[in-house]
Amino acid sequence: MKQYIVRRVGYSLLSLFLLSLTIFLFVRVTGDPVSLLVEPGASPDDIETMRRQLGLDQPLWVQYGHFVASFVTGDLGLSFYYRTPVLELYFQRLPNSLLLAGVAMALSLLIGIPSGILAAVRVDGFWDSAGKIFSLLGLSLPQFWVGLVLILFFSVYLGWLPSSGSGSVAHLLMPAFTLGWYFAAAHMRLTRSSMLDVLGSEYIKLARLKGLPEALVIGKHALKNALIPVITLAGINLVVMINVAVVVETVFAWPGIGRLLYEGITFRDFPVVQGVVVIGGAMIVLVNLMVDILYALIDPRIRLES
Amino acid sequence: MTVITPVTTETVASSAPFWRLKGFPVIPVSILLFIAFVAVFADVLAPHDPQIGSLARRFKPPFWLEGGSLAYPLGTDHVGRDVLSRLIFGARVSMVVGITAVLVAGSIGTLLGIVSGYLGGWADQVVMRITDTWLALPALTFAIFLAAIVGPSELNIILILGLVYWTRYARVIRGEVLSLKQREFVRLAIVAGCSKSLIMWRHILPNVINSAVVLATLMLGVVIVTEASLSFLGVGVPPPKPAWGLMMADGKKGLMVGYWWLTVFPGICIMLMVLSANLLGDWLRVKFDPQLRQL
Repeated sequence: MKQYIVRRVGYSLLSLFLLSLTIFLFVRVTGDPVSLLVEPGASPDDIETMRRQLGLDQPLWVQYGHFVASFVTGDLGLSFYYRTPVLELYFQRLPNSLLLAGVAMALSLLIGIPSGILAAVRVDGFWDSAGKIFSLLGLSLPQFWVGLVLILFFSVYLGWLPSSGSGSVAHLLMPAFTLGWYFAAAHMRLTRSSMLDVLGSEYIKLARLKGLPEALVIGKHALKNALIPVITLAGINLVVMINVAVVVETVFAWPGIGRLLYEGITFRDFPVVQGVVVIGGAMIVLVNLMVDILYALIDPRIRLES
Repeated sequence: MTVITPVTTETVASSAPFWRLKGFPVIPVSILLFIAFVAVFADVLAPHDPQIGSLARRFKPPFWLEGGSLAYPLGTDHVGRDVLSRLIFGARVSMVVGITAVLVAGSIGTLLGIVSGYLGGWADQVVMRITDTWLALPALTFAIFLAAIVGPSELNIILILGLVYWTRYARVIRGEVLSLKQREFVRLAIVAGCSKSLIMWRHILPNVINSAVVLATLMLGVVIVTEASLSFLGVGVPPPKPAWGLMMADGKKGLMVGYWWLTVFPGICIMLMVLSANLLGDWLRVKFDPQLRQL
């Protein structure tokens, strides 16, 4: 067990190392980092000072050392636009993103799990096809299109919901649905296949042989086990949602991390863009690590296999 | 290890031509062919120049509404450009970017997948570690980051999408190669003295092409949505080029005052194209490659 955890932690550290190296190299290989890190309109003298300040006249590995050291100490640089540390900005926006992701996740599970169960119980039936089409639509429609159509219908035509901003439940509904629909497809598919697996297992046959009513077999015995992988995916996706909501947050002007990233692009605020990407990647690596360790704790087969 | 029979073209192509196979998605394929046709003949089909407008005729509604005219059937945008012509040329942008980006991603991913699966050892370790790391970066965020560094242009967008999405190919193809490696014909090729690169090129590659094509079709939808999203966020295809995502971003401001045609029409185009690609991909996946069904 210990060995397994040590190895998993090792892999994650390696991933974080590769992540930082990827970002470091992309910034330097594809052009002059000074042009990204210096504010637009800076004089040649300023650029030269900046180059020395950043240590860009030093060998690459020294630069990389500085780069990692500053990240480890939580220094992601200063935003050009807000003139505050990127990390501070990130944590200011995080609660909003968490709220949006939380509600979006709830909606997506509310859609995904029941339709997944229905699809598994009646394979190739009406609900199976309806669920398939609904989830395929969620994957195919670009989020900004769903968002704009919702605005067109509920804000412009019906006038029921505010088209942008934050502050009330009404503000939250459309962005959360837009974000949640996209993820509902994955949750529906996984619920369906995991439910099908469980329904084929011995203990379900036994439950049926005992003469338990079908609703109890599915709703209690099967569902409990079928939901384990779905909940895991939901946990990972919650973190993913925080980091990919950029389109939704832009359409609805929701003040979360995605919006921060969008502002970073529009204002050419490179430290912000880089910071959001680095933190996002690191978050996902860490969540995967946590899930793996939790699984190993719950399921002895995983730790014995390794 | 279970040995999986490779799906060769013989098993798939029975006596009937492919378009008469059961469940062949006629409508999605027709839509894709239509968009491709429009993209190729955009110069002939478009009634106006997609990039030049006149402020005198801005925000004209579609022809069936009051104030619209048949000269601009789907209306005009905020600088008076013809929406229909921009949609027609936008098809070209989406097709070119989508297909080439998928080719770039597919080539990198298939190559690395074959090499890491077949050679194993440290090559496998290195490729798979990099794949895992890149998969940890949310695709859209990573693409935005790259676009922010290299700056937006059509070529850059293609390269960025290729760089972001190759990992999915690498994963799947590597898995296939691991099982192909155990099969008789590969062992016999080794006995016959073929070099490793010859085996990979002549014996492994033709057997994973099917999966690569299925993945490519499924990927086309993803790539087009990402391209449109990047354009929408202002780091995709640079204006004034007519890209569907860009048209929606431009039209967003007009939405609240009722200029709905600026966002609705490009949205429908994106939806039709992506949905068609996904439906075709789904059908191919079930038809050609039982292994991918669980994806």
